[in-house]
Amino acid sequence: MTKDNMIQVQNLTKMFGDFTAVNNISFEVEKGEVFGFLGANGAGKTTAMKMLIGISKPTHGAATVAGYNVLTEAEQVKRNIGYMSQRFSLYNDLTIKENIVFFGGIYGLSSADIKEKSQAMINELGLHDMADSLVGSLPLGWKQKVAFSVALLHNPKIVFLDEPTGGVDPITRRQFWEMIYMEANRGVTIFVTTHYMDEAEYCDRVSIMVAGKIEALDTPKNLKRQFQVDSMNQVFLKLARNIE
Amino acid sequence: MNRFIGFIKKEFYHILRDRRSLFILFGMPIVQVMLFGFAITNEINNVDIAILDHSKDVNTKEIINKIATSKYFSIKGFISHEDEIESTFKKGKIKAVLNFEKDFGKNLVTQKKATVQILTDATDPNTANTISNYVGSILQNYQQELNKGLNMPYQIVPKTRMVFNPELKSVYMFVPGVMTIILMLVSAMMTSISITKEKELGTMEILLVSPLNPIQVIVGKVVPYILLSIINAAVIILLSIFVFKMPVQGSLFLLGAESTLFIVNALSLGILISTISSTQQTAMMISLMGLMLPVILLSGFIFPISSMPLPLQLISNIIPAKWFIMILKGIMLKGVGLAYVWKETLILIGMTIFFIALSVKKYKIRLE
Repeated sequence: MTKDNMIQVQNLTKMFGDFTAVNNISFEVEKGEVFGFLGANGAGKTTAMKMLIGISKPTHGAATVAGYNVLTEAEQVKRNIGYMSQRFSLYNDLTIKENIVFFGGIYGLSSADIKEKSQAMINELGLHDMADSLVGSLPLGWKQKVAFSVALLHNPKIVFLDEPTGGVDPITRRQFWEMIYMEANRGVTIFVTTHYMDEAEYCDRVSIMVAGKIEALDTPKNLKRQFQVDSMNQVFLKLARNIE
Repeated sequence: MNRFIGFIKKEFYHILRDRRSLFILFGMPIVQVMLFGFAITNEINNVDIAILDHSKDVNTKEIINKIATSKYFSIKGFISHEDEIESTFKKGKIKAVLNFEKDFGKNLVTQKKATVQILTDATDPNTANTISNYVGSILQNYQQELNKGLNMPYQIVPKTRMVFNPELKSVYMFVPGVMTIILMLVSAMMTSISITKEKELGTMEILLVSPLNPIQVIVGKVVPYILLSIINAAVIILLSIFVFKMPVQGSLFLLGAESTLFIVNALSLGILISTISSTQQTAMMISLMGLMLPVILLSGFIFPISSMPLPLQLISNIIPAKWFIMILKGIMLKGVGLAYVWKETLILIGMTIFFIALSVKKYKIRLE
């Protein structure tokens, strides 16, 4: 195990009764990597992710995130990760500023820190006019951008993004990925689930889950070569058909 | 601590920006107290009655006069035949008919006994009952006046005194009940809805991924409602003192402390409900059906527990509201201290601990 591995997963399994949602998966994610976690709905990617962020307990196996064991050091894990969920992660009836203050607060940031960061964030996103309007009144794309920035408020080492671009138009998606790259260049590790295959092309490496198992894991380029196709979409379809 | 204040601030933003919850929190208590206090009453005033007097003598005249001058009745007509009784009732205005027999006064003197029939419209049984009681006591009163100075061989004179509520004001009975309902509703329903709302919107997940531990999350969500419920309790008590002139005989401090205990009890029930329901809709239904109905029907607020069938009496014991109403009545009307309500208080404390323990257990299971 190299020191640069931000996520280290070994034989992770989650069972709900007789149903195996996540079946014995193992992988590593390096520091600063944009790691795509792909799979059809119900393939088990959200369940796997929930175990990594400490809100679901593995049935078997072990995982470390940012160097801490998810089972025994959940508290430390939580301090070092950011999380943005597929469902909306901010409070609609609070203004952008109030959301920043609240989330900064629960991550233990000082008031001065919060003030500085929210100012920086508002500048960066160009939100001067909207800082005091309710989040509920923003277009979805803006909400997602703000939510992403809020997930980064406490300088996490890893950000988990659960289908962050669901329902967002292509241009905003493109902008969103630019934000992701920017953070990755700053050394933040990105763990992102998606079912848009074009987004998979943007990742450094992708894993594809089918029925609870990781069936492929490599760079998009290598995967396309391995399956002899032109796009990640075809990789995914081929893989799904082979399994069936 | 900073985190905690931030959390509470956020909770207040939620409450203050949602008109519906604002209304439930502040509008409803006042509306309910006013409704129960003014509109719903067991007393009767100016009930319309009709007289069927077959005798028309001195005695019947005197009785009719007594009735006409009491504030409870106003005589709205004289009828002359039994056939008219039914049609009189059917018109709906008249609630009672007094039917004096033929030769009422003569019988009274010669046979020492005369009959008057009291017919009441029992489509509303409570009112009918009250009317016949009131008429009965007016007649008895008259009889005693007649017998004054006469030497009766035996006589039992019942002297009733209603203690703790001498004027039998129904508001004395409703205030403790309404206060219980409102505190239960605000505390249990509002907390369970606000917790499940976070679950439904997905923000609960974000909170659980944060370094806050689950207990902090729950406490942070509950504290604002404790504050609001205490304000509510104070408003209800002030309304009942100043608007309905209800006395608080016992210690206000004890009243406040017991109310806080009940609020915490209701909140723990709210948390319990939120652990078993995943949507706001479910939380609301469970709160309404599971809490409101038992509170109204089985707490002794409206229907006396002692006249319920045994199984219901037993069930009423597990309803926190029953014990709180007993405490409230004790403190407000009888002016008793803790020495007299310690048993009820202990039961409430026990129930609260039980609910909290149960929700902690359930809560953990949900995080698995």
